[in-house]
Amino acid sequence: MQHFISPVLWQFLTHWLTSSAIWPKQASTVAPWVDALYLSLCLVTGTGIIFVVALIVGFAVRYRKEAHPNAVQIEGSTLLEATWTIIPLAFFLFFFVWGAWLYFRIYNPPADAMNIYVVGKQWMWKAEHPGGQHEINQLHVPTGRNVQLTMISQDVFHSYSLPEFRVKREVIPGRYTTVWFNATTPGTYHLFCSQYCGTLHSGMVGDVVVMTPEDYQEWLKSSTSGMSLAQNGERIFASMGCNQCHTGDAAARGPNLAGIHGTKLQMENGTTQVVTDGFLRDAILNPSAHVPAGWKPIMPTYQGQISEEGLIDLVEYIKSLKTNYRVQQTLMTTESNQAAPNAEGTVKP
Amino acid sequence: MSTIVTLPDQTTAKLPKRNYINNEHGLMSWLLTGDHKRIAMLYLVSITFFFLLGGFFAGMVRLELLTPQGDLMSADTYNKMFTMHGIVMIFLFLVPSVPATLGNFVLPIMIGAKDLAFPKINLLSWYLYMAGGIFTIAALVLGGVDTGWTFTTPLSTHYLNTHVVTTATAIFVAGFSSIFTGLNFIVTIHRMRAPGMTWFRLPLFIWSQYAASILMVLGTPVLAISIVLVALERTIGIGVFDPTKGGDPLLFQHLFWFYSHPAVYIMILPGMGVISEVISTFSRKRVFGYTAVAFSSVAIALFGMFVWAHHMFIMGISNYSALVFSLLSMLVAVPSAIKVFNWGFTMQKGSITFETPMLYAMGFLGLFAIGGVTGIFLAALGMDIMLTETYFIVAHFHFVMVGGMLMAFLSGLHFWWPKMTGRMYPESLSKFAAVVTFVGFVLTFFPQFLVGYLGMPRRYHAYPAEYQVLNVLSTAGATVLGIGYMLPILYLGWSLKYGAIAGNNPWQATGLEWQIQSPPLTENFVEIPIVEQEAYDYEWLAHQKEVTTVG
Repeated sequence: MQHFISPVLWQFLTHWLTSSAIWPKQASTVAPWVDALYLSLCLVTGTGIIFVVALIVGFAVRYRKEAHPNAVQIEGSTLLEATWTIIPLAFFLFFFVWGAWLYFRIYNPPADAMNIYVVGKQWMWKAEHPGGQHEINQLHVPTGRNVQLTMISQDVFHSYSLPEFRVKREVIPGRYTTVWFNATTPGTYHLFCSQYCGTLHSGMVGDVVVMTPEDYQEWLKSSTSGMSLAQNGERIFASMGCNQCHTGDAAARGPNLAGIHGTKLQMENGTTQVVTDGFLRDAILNPSAHVPAGWKPIMPTYQGQISEEGLIDLVEYIKSLKTNYRVQQTLMTTESNQAAPNAEGTVKP
Repeated sequence: MSTIVTLPDQTTAKLPKRNYINNEHGLMSWLLTGDHKRIAMLYLVSITFFFLLGGFFAGMVRLELLTPQGDLMSADTYNKMFTMHGIVMIFLFLVPSVPATLGNFVLPIMIGAKDLAFPKINLLSWYLYMAGGIFTIAALVLGGVDTGWTFTTPLSTHYLNTHVVTTATAIFVAGFSSIFTGLNFIVTIHRMRAPGMTWFRLPLFIWSQYAASILMVLGTPVLAISIVLVALERTIGIGVFDPTKGGDPLLFQHLFWFYSHPAVYIMILPGMGVISEVISTFSRKRVFGYTAVAFSSVAIALFGMFVWAHHMFIMGISNYSALVFSLLSMLVAVPSAIKVFNWGFTMQKGSITFETPMLYAMGFLGLFAIGGVTGIFLAALGMDIMLTETYFIVAHFHFVMVGGMLMAFLSGLHFWWPKMTGRMYPESLSKFAAVVTFVGFVLTFFPQFLVGYLGMPRRYHAYPAEYQVLNVLSTAGATVLGIGYMLPILYLGWSLKYGAIAGNNPWQATGLEWQIQSPPLTENFVEIPIVEQEAYDYEWLAHQKEVTTVG
């Protein structure tokens, strides 16, 4: 066979057929579900297209001028109109329900998911693991765990696309978006930025490395920076002077933050808001629009003073606060004019 | 009721002595004309120029994607290529293509009017269009623009140093051109129909133009607003889309797609009108289910206004609003399906011949059907997550816009060319071009569905090597497609001087435009006709007495 076609083309074809061909690998629990919907859609719409083409070609041959010189004028048929309104509509509604079910499955994270933060910027992906592991254009995850990514962009719109996992979500400046998956097969998979983001858009790619849980534990140990995100957050909390007001004391000028994450908060403007990661971030950057009931809008804005990574550290810290013991301890440290201990090898936020 | 087809003998046909082309002479008689037919010809020349320009950019994009590495041009140049391709093709070719050329030419004649309601505003439309074109070319000459045609904020407002404001001005100005065209059409269709030309005697081309015009008038101002906000954000930083100033970048997406999704229907609806005319004419049979086809145009226009957020399913809109927009997107597909089946059944029991316009129209049916059903994939929420922002979506909208709209435009151009110029084009060469276009199109864009499902994102300058085979196929197809598009430009140009004389009604079509001389008089009709027959009444045509000509 290869004697008849050019060797270069032969190489192409064999390489293509033996590598990914026309089907991406399935590497997450949701991938078979997405493929099932895709195949069903291909099957149903393919049948529809074949039907339409057969109809047109059939009529074209049967009623060509040579075979059928006298055109018969027909006004229409309400019955046929109803048929080809209702049957496509039924299929469309069927796929609407199926698609919606899948969408909720892909975008509603399970409660037990472990959280990894992702910051997108022109043109790299930074991943921050709660244990303080940082990586660029890579993401290490274990098999068999529900992993949620909480993502934000530092500049323009990006999109975190993992084709082998069949998931994707826009990464937007100014708000957290989330996506989750459960990886099934160890290996290295594509990570693409799929929203056009400027010059090196096509260079904003990387790898997702899926590891067995044991290998993943190894990797976690060997790549820690020494400080967890919450620990970094504690340092920022002190250096920004947050602890001067948010002490948790009865006489404090700011609300008590211990255990606040996940609660419902009565706001000064009468609304009730759930304290999510995004709410905490917005409250730090734009405090006057996020005043809880009974408090004065005296907190200054921290817009432009803390990086997205710093904000993630602060959010992680506030999420981890169960009591105010450590807030008050840090307060003592800053009051006594001693800098927080600067551990070897830490990453400055 | 049956109709026997007899095409007129063209060897005896003569060009009329006096017509809209030789009525006046000199450049100024064209540049200052109020004649809708002359303005249509001005548009035809200008959109052909911009089509070639946009096609050049597409060619460069495909050439770069021949190899996985970014080796032909720099990343910035590549980004400018696909941006300029999108802007030129959408705003300067697809949006004005059928309405401003074919529509401008035949719409008044079809309803039995001597011109559009506002001839001077019609001319103004063309000048605004040209001004938009000149601003686009200025942006190009000054160094190009690389926002993508979608102008996504904050990339377009804060992170690029290219000529965004110049391009924004171009789109703003060109937008008014289509608003005026839409307005002109709506008023003309309402007020200037010939006596007896009731709404349900209108050719379906008019219904689809009417639906598209309403979308132009309602949608385009929103585009103008969002473009102005982008320019203001860039120049004085008003912060509407800037989260650090309390703005919301998603707001831009809402505003932009509020126009740009209806824009898809602005582009395709007039094409659908062409297909109704062509399939009826070459089947010698009235359009099956006239009212269904007419109202499906209106339904598309209506539902089309409320599906814009399906461009934002992965952008963090709430799950429940995603549900609503997914459902509405499914519903908007129904009228398109109705149309396809009605066109198919128009051919049933007809007496079909396969002249060039019919070949393009049949190509349209197949390609538009594929473009349409892949829209169902994208409207299904969970599926959209995987497919959006990949080459699947590129293939999808090219099937609708190029496989659908461009095929319809070429079909209509070949259909009305004898009326517009009075001359025929070489039939076998044009049939060959139609087939080449179809084959080239499928080869170009079908592999993109596959590479899209593999996950290749759109707008990528370089890509992983495993996607190369499909990209090579696509580029090869683009070459064939390029030939398919060059041929009509050559032989249509040739036919202007050397083509056989067409005569009044070479296709034996029923429209009023075919009952007058080709090319028409400046005032179209010597006497305003009184319409007593329905559209597509081939009985009436067969028993008609000698057609009046002047000359």
